[in-house]
Order: sequence, then C-alpha cells, then structure tokens
Amino acid sequence: MEPLIQLRNLEKTFDTGGNKFFVLRRVTLDIQPGEFVTFMGPSGAGKSTLLSIIGMLDSAWSGEYYFLDQPVHKLNVKKRNELHKANIGFVFQSYHLIDNLTVFENLDIPLSYKNVPSKERVSLVCDALDRFNIVGKKDLFPSQLSGGQQQLVGVARAVIQNPKLILADEPTGNLHSAQGEEIMKLFKRLNEAGTTIIQVTHSERNAAYGDRVIQLKDGWIVSETTATAHAG
Amino acid sequence: MPEANDTLIKLEGVKKVFYTDEVETHALSEIHLEIKKGQYISIAGPSGCGKSTLLSILGLLDSPSAGSYWLNGQPVANLTLSERTRIRNREIGFIFQAFNLIGDLTVYENVELPLTYRGTGAAERKQKVQHALERVGMAHRLRHYPSQLSGGQQQRVAVARALVGDPLILMADEPTGNLDSKNGEAVMELLRDLHRNGATICMVTHDQRYANFAERTIHLFDGRVVEETQEAHA
Repeated sequence: MEPLIQLRNLEKTFDTGGNKFFVLRRVTLDIQPGEFVTFMGPSGAGKSTLLSIIGMLDSAWSGEYYFLDQPVHKLNVKKRNELHKANIGFVFQSYHLIDNLTVFENLDIPLSYKNVPSKERVSLVCDALDRFNIVGKKDLFPSQLSGGQQQLVGVARAVIQNPKLILADEPTGNLHSAQGEEIMKLFKRLNEAGTTIIQVTHSERNAAYGDRVIQLKDGWIVSETTATAHAG
Repeated sequence: MPEANDTLIKLEGVKKVFYTDEVETHALSEIHLEIKKGQYISIAGPSGCGKSTLLSILGLLDSPSAGSYWLNGQPVANLTLSERTRIRNREIGFIFQAFNLIGDLTVYENVELPLTYRGTGAAERKQKVQHALERVGMAHRLRHYPSQLSGGQQQRVAVARALVGDPLILMADEPTGNLDSKNGEAVMELLRDLHRNGATICMVTHDQRYANFAERTIHLFDGRVVEETQEAHA
C-alpha cells in the first residue's frame, strides 16, 4: 500500500541573530493509511511543530513532504489549504469552539467553507450529533458543557467530513482522566473504522491507544517503538 | 418601552435564577440598565458577582428569568430560540478571553465566519473581511494560521471577526485576560479607537486599569448594581 504520508529530510529553522536554530532536523518518516501514531518527547522537541507541518498549517520548512501522491513541498498555499481541508481533521487541546455559536453551529463550521448545499449540511450535522450522542446538546453553547463534552464536540467537528487523517495535539490535556479516557476510546474506534490518526501527547497511557510511538528530541527523531498494548 | 431612539439597550427588572439541587441561586436581581448608541460601558465586580451572566443575557446567549430587555427598540427577553439566534448572529459581535479562533482556519477564514451564516455574497464578504482586518491592523496576515501569531495578534483577529458583520454592539468578556500587559494595553487601545469611531462596546473586566478605558462603569456585587461611575476623560 502507498503511504499516506512520506517525509524526507524535513527541516525547520529559526534565525536567532545570525545563528540557525533547528526546530526540526532531518525528519524522515512514513505513515501508512490506518495507522495510529503518537509523537512524544520533552517540551520544545518539535512535536507540535511537526504536527502543524503535516497538517499544512505551517509552510516555513524545507525538505520533501508527500501526502498521498501530492508533493506538498511543491504546492502553493491555496492548493495546500484545499488539500488539508479535504483530507485532515484537527483536534486541539483547548477545543477551539466558538462560544457564541451553539453546538449545532460549531459542527457546521467546516462545512460552511465547502460548497456543500445547506440541506446536506444540516443532515451531516444531524448525523454527527447522532453518532456522538449529543443530540440533546445541539442548542447549547460551549460554556454550558463540561470539558469532556466540549472536546467531544471538537472531535465531532474534526470528523464531520470523514477525513482520511485526524491530527490531535494533546487532545486530553485539559480534561479529567475519566473524560480523557472517553476521548481516547473514541479515537480508538475511529481508527478501527479506518481513519489514520496522529496524536501528540505526554501521556504514556494515551500513547498505548496507538500502535506506534515516535520519540522526538531537539528536533530529531530519536527512537521509534511499537506501542505497548493497553489493558482497555 | 424606550422612546428615545439613541437608546440601544434597555433592561428593566432583569433577574436570573439558577436551580441546582433544589437550591435557588439569584445570579442577577432587579437589574435596570440603559446603554446608549456609541457608549463604551464596562461591567466590573468580583468573581461570581454576576458579570458574565449579565453579559450572556445582553449578548442573547441566555434569557432572563424575569424582566424586560429591549435591543434597539425591539423586545428580546422572550424570543424563540431561532429568533434569538438570528438576532444574536446579526447584531452582536463577541470577543472572548481565549480568542476563540479556529486553529485550522486561516486568519481570513476565521474573520469571514460570521458572514457565512448570512448568505453574504462572495465579493462583499471579501471586501468586508479585508476592511475589518485593516481596522485592527492585521490585513497583512490574512493567509496565516492562528498558531503563527502572538496572543495579542490573535485577539486583534478576534476583534476583526466581531466587527465584520457591522454589529450594533461589541460584547467583550475579559478581552485581555490571556494577554501580557503590553498586548493587553494594545487591545484596549484598539477598542478605544473603535469606540471613538462610533462603536458601542460593553466589556466585562475585573482589571481596574482597563475598566477606566470605558466612559461608564457599572459595579456589580451579589447580582446587583451597587455603584455606577463615569470616567471624566473618556
């Protein structure tokens, strides 16, 4: 099978008064469709930066990046935006919901940027509400939900258009452990149903939900291991 | 019913009661308040005094348990959910402490968001987004993503999003709460400039330095207005 993601000698640098500071260094990595990969490592290791680059939210880097058969390093900003909007769903630590929009409206946001007819949008949002068991919450505002429920909406919004890839940056970082576990089980189910997932986490427990752990340090990939199977 | 047509907001006897485990909590009691077009008002008070509840009611995110609320002459205390949503999305611009930008949308797309709900045509959307970003000094960053901006810049983008639909009033809930003092100050100066150019602003803050940027401050305590002060220099 062709990899979903191929990174070849990816590098990102900052200029600090004439000195080059490497945020990412010679990162070469393949990710296959259907994998559940975890990036780990100390703060400042480059994990979130790498996730941003894979998500095409950061374009200041060098090297080669193929997403499916597309050479991302050769695409202009507009094409990159189209590519990530069509294929990638993002889940953020702080949810990124809009507080003056209802749950229903928040779920509709990604669809409003595509040429999806409004009838179809309503049915996609209703499907997501059903699938994630939040029909009863559709008219509530984010501030009326618990953190776990807000992140559930965050995940529902990320997957509303059935992306091939989910990128999650510390998705349980703001949650109590029980709520965090619910979100991780949800990722596991989405992965079993075929969605590729890459997460950044500090938690060994969360890493155990995936099948591969990539350790970063000072911008380098320093090790790669198979995740230890978890009890749940 | 307010007669003077320069009154934008009028609250009469507004109460908000929450029921939890058979305990009644009076978050707001008997609030009377009038805000005129073009005013800059701040709501101050300690945590739990009802500031955010009041802002939620003013912003049509919540409805009062009792009392009346007129927005631009229209009674809005007892609207259906869908009427409330329609008026809220058209007439009120929101600015939050945590910016509320979406990380995988560009600056341009984040600002465009309120317009996508109104069926505004593409050309008009583009022009309005551009104009709103110019007003906050962020027009040069429209292709960037939020994570590529500083906190102060992100809040400027959030202000542009609040402005883009030409709302009747801007509601700002602790807009400097996640910013350092330099960026906080810059966002407050931006709000003051918008006010000088005619915007009506209602801001919640517990930071006394910033409350002074407004021309009127309502002090809340235990769900009641206990004092009102006017800034001489505003």
